[in-house]
Order: sequence, then structure tokens, then C-alpha cells
Amino acid sequence: MTLAQQQRLEKLSPWLLTLAILVVWQGICTLFDVSEFIFPSPIAIAQALVQYAKPIAQHAWQTFWTTMAGFAIGVAVGLTLGVAVGMSRIVYRALYPLLVAFNSIPKAAFVPILVVWFGIGSVPAVLTAFLISFFPIVVNVATGLATLEPELEDVLRSLGAKRRDILFKVGLPRSLPYFFAALKVSITLAFIGAVVSETVASNEGIGYLMMSAGSSMRMPLVFAGLIVIGVMAMVMYEVFAVLERRMTGWAHRGSQAGG
Amino acid sequence: MAADPTNIAARAKPAAAPFVDFHDVFLAYDGKIDFAVEDINLAIASGEFVAIVGPSGCGKSTFMKLATGLKAPTKGTVTVEGAKVTGPLKIVGMAFQAPTLLPWRTTLDNVLLPLEIVEPYRSTFKRDRDKFAERARALLKTVGLEGYEGKFPWELSGGMQQRASICRALVHQPKMLVLDEPFGALDAFTREELWCVLRDVWARERFTVILVTHDLREAVFLADTVYVMSKRPGRILAQREIDLPRPRDLEVTYSDSFTNIVHEMRERIGMIRKT
Repeated sequence: MTLAQQQRLEKLSPWLLTLAILVVWQGICTLFDVSEFIFPSPIAIAQALVQYAKPIAQHAWQTFWTTMAGFAIGVAVGLTLGVAVGMSRIVYRALYPLLVAFNSIPKAAFVPILVVWFGIGSVPAVLTAFLISFFPIVVNVATGLATLEPELEDVLRSLGAKRRDILFKVGLPRSLPYFFAALKVSITLAFIGAVVSETVASNEGIGYLMMSAGSSMRMPLVFAGLIVIGVMAMVMYEVFAVLERRMTGWAHRGSQAGG
Repeated sequence: MAADPTNIAARAKPAAAPFVDFHDVFLAYDGKIDFAVEDINLAIASGEFVAIVGPSGCGKSTFMKLATGLKAPTKGTVTVEGAKVTGPLKIVGMAFQAPTLLPWRTTLDNVLLPLEIVEPYRSTFKRDRDKFAERARALLKTVGLEGYEGKFPWELSGGMQQRASICRALVHQPKMLVLDEPFGALDAFTREELWCVLRDVWARERFTVILVTHDLREAVFLADTVYVMSKRPGRILAQREIDLPRPRDLEVTYSDSFTNIVHEMRERIGMIRKT
């Protein structure tokens, strides 16, 4: 195989694998005549996608904006806490154990509480997306700030740099790669949060759509919902991956960096 | 021997008010009982080139932190320019074994970094940026980095990064340059090349230099005075004036007088290591 062919194959590989899975899936469903109510075939799911395109789009939009709203709050809070934890030993000592404890609570357990406080609707979805997505950002930003080379800090301090200078000139730019890595994880988590909340505490959104479709045994529509969530999360992940490469290209130059 | 004996004598015995003055200085790091350095007494004249040599882990870097005010002594006083040091000095440029350049900034922007932080440049940085950039370019030219201003650090070789790092230490025209094993990670040829770069910059600007190194040839070639430190707890065991005439050419390093000095100091350090 020539190099050009190999590169082309590499580019196509995710599509080829997806196609292969779909073919095998369809094959199994057709071959064993699996009931659509148990495990719908890709073709049945595609039909459901087309047939219910309009309601799916409406619900998808609901899920999308609640996820993004929660994610935006998560980024703001995560960044603030991350800077505080990364810059101050006392804050680190005081806050970190609590954050870890909080993060290990399943966020689905919060949904009933949020419903009591805010009622059924978009608010619990936004908040669940926020609660689940901010933690990776805190940890990564704090790590980026805390791993600043001591020599570099000496250079800056001997110039009379204040903590603010060190943060803005070096700390934050240096933790950008960590920050973007966290964004990619957090955006997918935010989708999980929003959908989990919608399944129990909403009349809108993909989570609700799947729940109600499931209760009326329309399995192709349930699977269509799954696929829509997956696609949305994947697209957003890619958006942040592209943004990451744009903003922090210097961090991905590989082995020649450092020298 | 010395071309101008009076000049050497003046350097050997600093005038009444030395530039840097260590008086009975002890330092123990937080929470430690034993001292990292103890009983340091020395005076550095303005414009003097001083080298500190000693076995690794002997507190050379601690000495450097004391001289720049990054650490306060546990006992004793450090005086710079006649004033007791109480916090980080702002007249210092520093460079280390690792170039510590910022990978998201071009070489030029890396060199400009101190001017964005240190006064009086800081307040006028936006207005005078072009003027400052011109100065940085001129400085980069003197160390042989002309044409690399727009490159990123990871596009430069190790030696080039170290040159840029030295420019960063000098761009704000510090009165004191502090170098912590700056050439330790470079190959022998690059190292000797950079010795000459440093020698020439110093000859022109005449700031005070404290060079921490474990390379004796480097210390003897560059410095006016070499101090030898013991292993921990670090003490100054010997002080040796280097009276080789200036300007010193690299050829000097092959002369007998040079070799003798290096040899003599090597023996002293050998004795320290055995004790």
C-alpha cells in the first residue's frame, strides 16, 4: 500500500467501521428475524428518524440548548474554582476533598431534589448538565496552574511580578491545553446530565422522547433518540477538538518541543 | 599576569560599599532543622563577575535565591546596593539550565516578557512596544539570533533557546545577572560559544554577574572571583581571584596559567568531596 492510500484509508476508517457495524447489525436482525419491539434494525431506526423528523428535531433542540446552557455555567464555575484551587494551597486543602466527594455522588440522585426546588422542565436539565460537567474542568485547570515550573516562577518573581501577572502571563496560557482537554470530556458529560434529567423530570427533550416512546413500545424511535444524542455529542466534541488545535497548536508539536 | 594590576586589586578588595554583601548568612528551609547554607560572608563589587562552584546539592541555588531576595535568610543579612534585602529584587535578570521559554510566544515576545512586568517599562509597554521590540531585536542580534525573532521556542535548537533565555534575562537592563548552570545542558562546542557570548555582553554592559556552575573551566574562564562551596550545609571554603588578563580569548583555556588555576581548584574540591 502506498503512503497516500494508507492516509486515505486512515481518514475513511471511522466511516468504514460504522458502516460495517450497521451491516452486521442489519444482517443479524434480518437473519434471525428479531422483533422490532426488542431490537430494531438500522433500517427501522432510519425509517423512524425520517418519519418523526419534526418532533425529533424539536426535542433535540431542547436537549441541545439545555446541555449548552448547563455546560456554559459549568465552564464558568469550573474555571473559577480551578484557578482558585490551582493558585492557593489553602483553597486546595479546603475545597478539594469536598469536590471529590461531591463528584462521586451520581448526578441522577440530584434530579428529584432539583424537581422539588424548580419543578418539571428545563431548569433541572440545565442544572444537572452543569453539576456533571464542571468537575473535570476544575481538576484540569488546577493541574495546569499547579505544575508551573518553579524556575519560571523565580524568573517572574525576580522581576517583581505579582500573582496576577504570573496568572495572566504564564499560568492561564500554560493551562489552556489542560482546559481544552477538559472541555472535550465535559461536553459529553453535559449531554449525559441533560438527558438523564429529561427522562424523569421533563416534558421536552430527547430524554423525554425516548421515555415516552419506550412506554408506548416504539423501540425504533427510542433508538433514533439514542443516535441523535450520540451524533450531537460527537459533533460538539469535534468542535472543541478543532478549537483546541487552533488555540493551543504550540502544545501539540510533539517530540521537538522542549529540546 | 595582569595587564593592569591596580584594576585587579580594586576588584579583589571591593570598595567600602560593595554591591552585594552577605553578612553571617544562614538559611534553613521551612520546617528543616539543619541549614542549607551557613556562615556565608562575602562581598561582590559592582560590575564584578563572580562564579560559585561546588559539588551538586551544595546549596549553590540556595545562595542564588538569597542574593536575589527570593528567599530571606534565617540568620544574618543580605545587603544589595546598600539596602537590606527584604523581598524579591527588581534589578535582577535570571537564567537557568532549562531555558523556560514560553512555547506560545515567539522568540521576540519571549524576550519582551520582562518589559511587560517590570517597572518602569510596564506602564509604557503598549505605547513604546516598537521601541522595546527594537531593543530586543538588537539584543538577539548580539547573541547571534538575528532572523529567528518570529520563530517559536520549539523551532530552535537547545543552544539557541538558551541564547534567547539569556536575552530575556538582559532585556530590562538589570544591574545584576544571575545564572544557574546556564550552559549545563549544552554540548561542549555550543557551551564554549556561549561563554564568549556572555563574556562579550558583560564586557560591554558591565552588570554584576553571579554564575552558579559546576564546570571549573567555565568559572575560571569567565569570572573575576571564584568561590568554592562545600557540600551541605553549604559554606564558602575558598575564594580565588582569577588574574588572567582580559579580554580573554578561548585560547586562554589551553594556556598553562589557566590549567594551573583549574587544577589547583580541582584539588580543593576533591578534598571537600572526601571529607
